[in-house]
Amino acid sequence: MTDFWIHPALVLLLGCLGLPLVPARLKKAFLLLVPALAFGGVLTMARGTYGEVHFLQWTLTFGRVDALSLVFAHIMSLMCIIGTLFGLHVEEDGQHIAAWIYVAGSLGAIFAGDLLTLFLFWEMMAFSSVFLIWYRRRPESTAAGFRYLLVHVTGGLALLAGIVLQVKATGSTAFTAFDVHHLTPGAWLILGGFLLNAAVPPLHAWLPDAYPAGTFNGAVFLSAFTTKTAVYALCRGFAGMELLVVLGVIMSLYGVIYAIIENDVRRLFAYHIISQVGYMVAGVGIGTELAINGACAHAFAHILYKGLLFMGGGAVLHMTGETRMSELGGLYKKMPWAFLFTLIGGLSISAFPLFSGFVSKSMIVQAGFDQHLLWAALLLNLAAIGTFYCNGLKVPYFVWFGKNKCSPATFERAKDPPWNMLAAMGLTAFLCIFIGCYTPYLYHLLPYQEAAQAFHPYTSYHVSETLQILLFTALAFFVLVRLRKIEPHRGTNLDLDWFYRLGGRAFFWLARKPVQSADTGVGEVYRVGGLVPLMKSAGLVGVFDNRVIDGAVDGLAFAVRGLGGRLRFAQRGALQENLTLVFAVAAILILAFLFFF
Amino acid sequence: MNLARLIDYLRDRLKTVVRAGLAVLVVLVVLDAVPAVVDKEHAHTAMEHVPAFWAVFGLLGCLLLVVFAKTFGRLGISTREDYYDD
Repeated sequence: MTDFWIHPALVLLLGCLGLPLVPARLKKAFLLLVPALAFGGVLTMARGTYGEVHFLQWTLTFGRVDALSLVFAHIMSLMCIIGTLFGLHVEEDGQHIAAWIYVAGSLGAIFAGDLLTLFLFWEMMAFSSVFLIWYRRRPESTAAGFRYLLVHVTGGLALLAGIVLQVKATGSTAFTAFDVHHLTPGAWLILGGFLLNAAVPPLHAWLPDAYPAGTFNGAVFLSAFTTKTAVYALCRGFAGMELLVVLGVIMSLYGVIYAIIENDVRRLFAYHIISQVGYMVAGVGIGTELAINGACAHAFAHILYKGLLFMGGGAVLHMTGETRMSELGGLYKKMPWAFLFTLIGGLSISAFPLFSGFVSKSMIVQAGFDQHLLWAALLLNLAAIGTFYCNGLKVPYFVWFGKNKCSPATFERAKDPPWNMLAAMGLTAFLCIFIGCYTPYLYHLLPYQEAAQAFHPYTSYHVSETLQILLFTALAFFVLVRLRKIEPHRGTNLDLDWFYRLGGRAFFWLARKPVQSADTGVGEVYRVGGLVPLMKSAGLVGVFDNRVIDGAVDGLAFAVRGLGGRLRFAQRGALQENLTLVFAVAAILILAFLFFF
Repeated sequence: MNLARLIDYLRDRLKTVVRAGLAVLVVLVVLDAVPAVVDKEHAHTAMEHVPAFWAVFGLLGCLLLVVFAKTFGRLGISTREDYYDD
């Protein structure tokens, strides 16, 4: 431990504790103050290692502050301000608390210097973020939240198992770069946990399932933290692993293909998270200084423009109650500012010159060309076409222009959102353009300074290349609109969550039929074989007491009755509870075994 | 609501806007072919020296993606909205 250091996650957690105590008239100020303090803390943080705590035989490091963790912490804490501002008018404290704990988990994972601390905060993120889905209070949100939790608990277990194996193999809990050419089984499991959170296919289906089910402002938080914290962890642990290039390119196209046929605005944006994180994963896989810079820069830019897009989608949802493009259209007169800001988000994600994506995405593509990964770079450029098609053209056109397919009630309700939502969108839109126009702001934050300073996105060739790709995509889009080939229509697109959704049904059938009958049977056996004799014997003792010993040893009867009652409580034959206990004990035993032997 | 009025102004002159857009596309392709304006030294591969390479890439790439995605959807991936409802 060197200097005095306050963990920004601690600031947020203390804020959570204080929030319910703050009087109503000061609430909004408090809501903005806490994330601002956390952001200020990150801005003024000096590099070094802080917050080392000795726990059993390990050292937990809560504060590894270096260039890589700082750039991610910077954008995460900035996004916390924006997200809180966007939902400032939400009166329920619980929603803000869930969001802040979620951000605290992300910041904690980013500053964690060892695998155990990383795991702790990793799980904190999963268990707090699910509330941002549940608070929507729709039956489908509850179900989606449980599926989200199910998947993340599985991923968390893989991560934990990997950590245990890794610690046992190396004797160290430090979270540093793994030997990506000779991965141990433990490292593979850790990688699996990271890839699940980064939504890499086939471990991605939780994302488009859960995020569109979130609250209008919760989805803004969700879009930023889980996947980008995973990108950070991949940068730290698995830079230069060739497999990630392949996975990243597949991701970038997979998300685009699904987004093209998607009808729900927020689900379309969710598929584009997968696509955009694909660029970052590919960048991590390429692994050169330029590529890692690119992954960080793209994560930074992405958090802002994706937040902006989700704010646009959230504004439409909040004001109209509808997010399906087949039921929207022609809203530009009603929600012009929401349109403008969403369009800016769309142009940023599409890497239009002067917008943020242009100065970040190009690093990754350039690094791909530099490493002679021609196929990867070309396919990433192909994904860029789909990105502009969906975010820059399809959503703005079919929500704000096109044919008005709103129901009269929807159209009547539609108007620009409250001031705080517009302010959050305006601020984010400004940042998207600022980053695109003034590159030193972002480039000075990147981990490899030499490579960052040597990179110049605004060459005439690169601008011409990008404008040609994007504007001719626009041409193709309007031709297709003219030919009426791409009208959005109602529907669901099946993804890999099909397996566990229907698997869940099979499980319920199993639970209803055989298991429940077995449970009832076992309960009956307990009742007849255990409880009845127990009660009878207690009764007999009572009789014996009453009639034989009478008042002399009155207390004995009470004692036996009491004991009988307790035994009854412990042996009521609830199979599920007993199973849970057995599993919990088994898990603890396995962990203890792995750690100590 | 000035923004909405501006959009209306442009929509009333849709033909002019479309023509201007097409003109931009033409100018873009022409400028790309002039070495004094666009320095192709930064090109990564030989094929990029073909005039309007990225324009064709954008146009065909977009059509290809849409056709591919729609076909993929028709293979049974796209289904009715209440598919998962009980």
